[in-house]
Amino acid sequence: MSQDSIIPVGRTQRSADHQANANEVVVSVENVTKYFGPLKVLDGVSLDVRQGQLVAIVGRSGSGKSTLLRCMNGLEAIQGGRITICGHDIGLGKSNRAELRRDVGMVFQNYNLFPHLTVERNITLALTLVKKKANREALRIASEVLALVGLADKISAYPEQLSGGQQQRVAIARSLALTPQVMLFDEVTSALDPELTIEVLKVMEDLAERGMTMVFVTHEMAFARRVADQVVFMHQGKVWEAGPTAQVFAHPATTEFAQFIGTGL
Amino acid sequence: MTYKFDFSFLAERWPAFLEGAWLTIQLTVVAIVLGFVVGTLCAVLRVYGGGVVRRLVGGYVEIIRNTPLLVQIFIVYFGLASVGLKLSAELSAIIALVINVGAYTTEIMRAGIESIGKTQLEAADCLGLTRLQTIFHIVLLPAMERVFPALSSQFVLLMLASSVTSQISAEELTATANLIQSETYRSFEVYVVVAVVYLALSFLYRFAFWLIGRLLFVRRRKLGTAL
Amino acid sequence: MNQFTSVHAIYLLEAARWTLLLSLIALMGGGVLGLALALGRVSRIATLRFIATAYIQLIQGTPLLVLLFLSYFGLSMAGYRLDPVVAAGLSLTIYVGAFLGEIWRGCIEAVPRTQWEASDCLGLNRFQQYTHVILPQAVRIATAPTVGFMVQVVKNTSLASIIGFVELTRAGQIVNNSTFQPFLVFLFVGAIYFAICYPLSVASRVLERRLHVAR
Repeated sequence: MSQDSIIPVGRTQRSADHQANANEVVVSVENVTKYFGPLKVLDGVSLDVRQGQLVAIVGRSGSGKSTLLRCMNGLEAIQGGRITICGHDIGLGKSNRAELRRDVGMVFQNYNLFPHLTVERNITLALTLVKKKANREALRIASEVLALVGLADKISAYPEQLSGGQQQRVAIARSLALTPQVMLFDEVTSALDPELTIEVLKVMEDLAERGMTMVFVTHEMAFARRVADQVVFMHQGKVWEAGPTAQVFAHPATTEFAQFIGTGL
Repeated sequence: MTYKFDFSFLAERWPAFLEGAWLTIQLTVVAIVLGFVVGTLCAVLRVYGGGVVRRLVGGYVEIIRNTPLLVQIFIVYFGLASVGLKLSAELSAIIALVINVGAYTTEIMRAGIESIGKTQLEAADCLGLTRLQTIFHIVLLPAMERVFPALSSQFVLLMLASSVTSQISAEELTATANLIQSETYRSFEVYVVVAVVYLALSFLYRFAFWLIGRLLFVRRRKLGTAL
Repeated sequence: MNQFTSVHAIYLLEAARWTLLLSLIALMGGGVLGLALALGRVSRIATLRFIATAYIQLIQGTPLLVLLFLSYFGLSMAGYRLDPVVAAGLSLTIYVGAFLGEIWRGCIEAVPRTQWEASDCLGLNRFQQYTHVILPQAVRIATAPTVGFMVQVVKNTSLASIIGFVELTRAGQIVNNSTFQPFLVFLFVGAIYFAICYPLSVASRVLERRLHVAR
C-alpha cells in the first residue's frame, strides 16, 4: 500500500487502523429541513453514512433526493437541522467550504467538464491550484486516475471528443484525483444512453471494491440492489425507508416503496 | 465644371500618410488593451459584485453609451485643463478612448461571462477552486471565446472613431490628412486617400484579431468547433 | 468671461432641436438607402449582392469624420459648395444607410427558412413573399436593434459640429468659448444627449425582451 497512491485501501485489505475506524460515521444528517421559497423540500431528514459504506438514495423525481445530496456538500443551504460531513459542520449558511471540498468529491448528472480544457487539464487544474501540487506530480496523478477509469489514452482529448459515458468517467476521475474521503454521485447515469451507463456503473463498482465511501442518488435499481450497503427511499421530502439493502428490498415497510420498486422506476 | 483629379501630391507625401497611420495604431492599440482590461474588470464586478458596485458599473456603462465620444473627449481635455490638470492631447485622447471602449467592452464581456452556465461554476466550486480562481481559469477564457467576434468589431470601430481625436489636435491619421489638404488644396483627393488608408487599417486590425483568436483559443484551433 | 446662466442653458436646449432634426434626416435618408442595401444583400442577382456588400464594407471601414470632410471640404474644392447641414445630412445618410442595411439584412435572414418554403408552396411569387410574409416578420425582428441604433445616430450628429453646423455640440463649444467653464458646459451638453438617448436605449431593451417572450 503505497502512501503516494490515490487509490483508497481495498475492502479486503484493511489495515489495523482502518479496522478500528470501520464503523466511524463520516456523514451525519440530523433532522434537516429545507425550503425552496414556501415549498418544503426536505422535512426532518436524518441519515448516517459510515466509512466504507455505499448508500443509495432512491425515490421519484421531486422527492428531494438530489437536494439532500447537494445539501450534504454545502451546495444548498439548509434552514433547520445539522449536517456533519468528514468532521465539518455544514452550518446553516455556506461556510468553511475549502476544507470541505478537499474531503468530499461530487459527480454531476451532466458531468460538468470544462469544455475549453483538455481531459488532462480538467484533472490537473484543481491539483495545481487547490492542492498546490507541482506540475509533474499532478500529471502523474492524472495519468494514474485516468488509468483507473479506463481512459488513459484519452488524456489529451477535449471533452467534446468523448462520448457521454467517457465524459462521466473523466468527471469521476477528476473528483477522485483530489483523494476525497467521501464521494457523492448525483444521478450520474441519468443523462446517458443505456450502453454508456454500464461503463460508468462498472467504474463506480470498482471504486466501491476499493473501499471508497459513496453516497449515490440513482434510478438504477438493479445497481443499487447489487452494490449498496444501505438503501434510503425518499418520498415527498421525507425518509420513508432506510436500512440494509437486502432487508429493505425483501420486506418493504411502506406501500409507497413497494409500489416504487414494483414499477421498477 | 469638370474637376481634374490630381493625386500627384502622393508621390512625395505618401510617407506622411504612413506616419499618420502608425500614430493612429499606437494610440488605438494602447486604448484597446487598457480598455479591454477596464471592461473585463467592470464586467466581473457587474456579474459577481454586490448591489452597490453593480449599480455603479451599470451607471458608468449607461452614461458612456448614451453620450457622444466627442463630448467625452472635450470633457476630459478641456474639463481637466480648467481645473489645473493640463494633459497632452494624446494622453487625453487615450483616457477618453479607454473610458469609452471600456463601457462597451463591459457590456460585451458581461454577456460572455453570463453565458457560462452556473453548472460550470458549481463544478469548479466542488473541486475546491476559489471564486477568483474560478473566474480566471473557468470563466474568462471561454467567455472571451464566445464574444470574440463582437469584441473584435468593437475594437475596429474604436480605431475608426479615434479620428475624432483630431479635434483636440491629437497626432493621428486624420490630423495628418487635415494638414496635408490645407497645404495642397486637394481636399477631395486627400480625404479619399485617407479613407483608403483607414480601410486598410480596418483589414489589418481584423486580421490581427483573427490571429490573436487563433493563438488564444487553442481548442478552437485544434477542433474547429464553437464552444 | 461670463457666467453660465439660464440664457446659455436655453441656447443649448434650442440647439438640441437641430440635433434631433439632423438625426431624423439621417434616419429617413439612411433608412431608404438601408432598405435598398438590405434587399440587395439578399438578392438572388449576384451583381446586386456584390454592389451592396462592397458598399457596406467600404463605408463600415471608413470613419464618419472622413466622410464628413469629403463631402464638405472635398466637394467644395471640387466646386460643389455644400451647406454644412446638407453636407452633414448627406454624409450621415451614406453612413447610416450602410449600418442599417447590415442590421436589416440580418433581420431578413433571421426569418426562418420554413417561411420561405411555406409561402413558396402556396404559390406566391418573390415580390408577394417579401411583402406579405417575409418583410412583416423581419420588421418585427428589426424593431429592437433599429431603435438601439437610433442612439448611435443621435450621437453621430455631434460630428456635424466639426464642419460648423450649429447643433448641440457646436453650441456647447460656443458657450464654452464665452464662459470658459468646460466641465459645466459639456456635462450639461452630455446630460441633454443622455436625456435623448437613454429612453431610446431602454425602449430598445424592452422591445428586445418582448420579442423573445413572444417567441
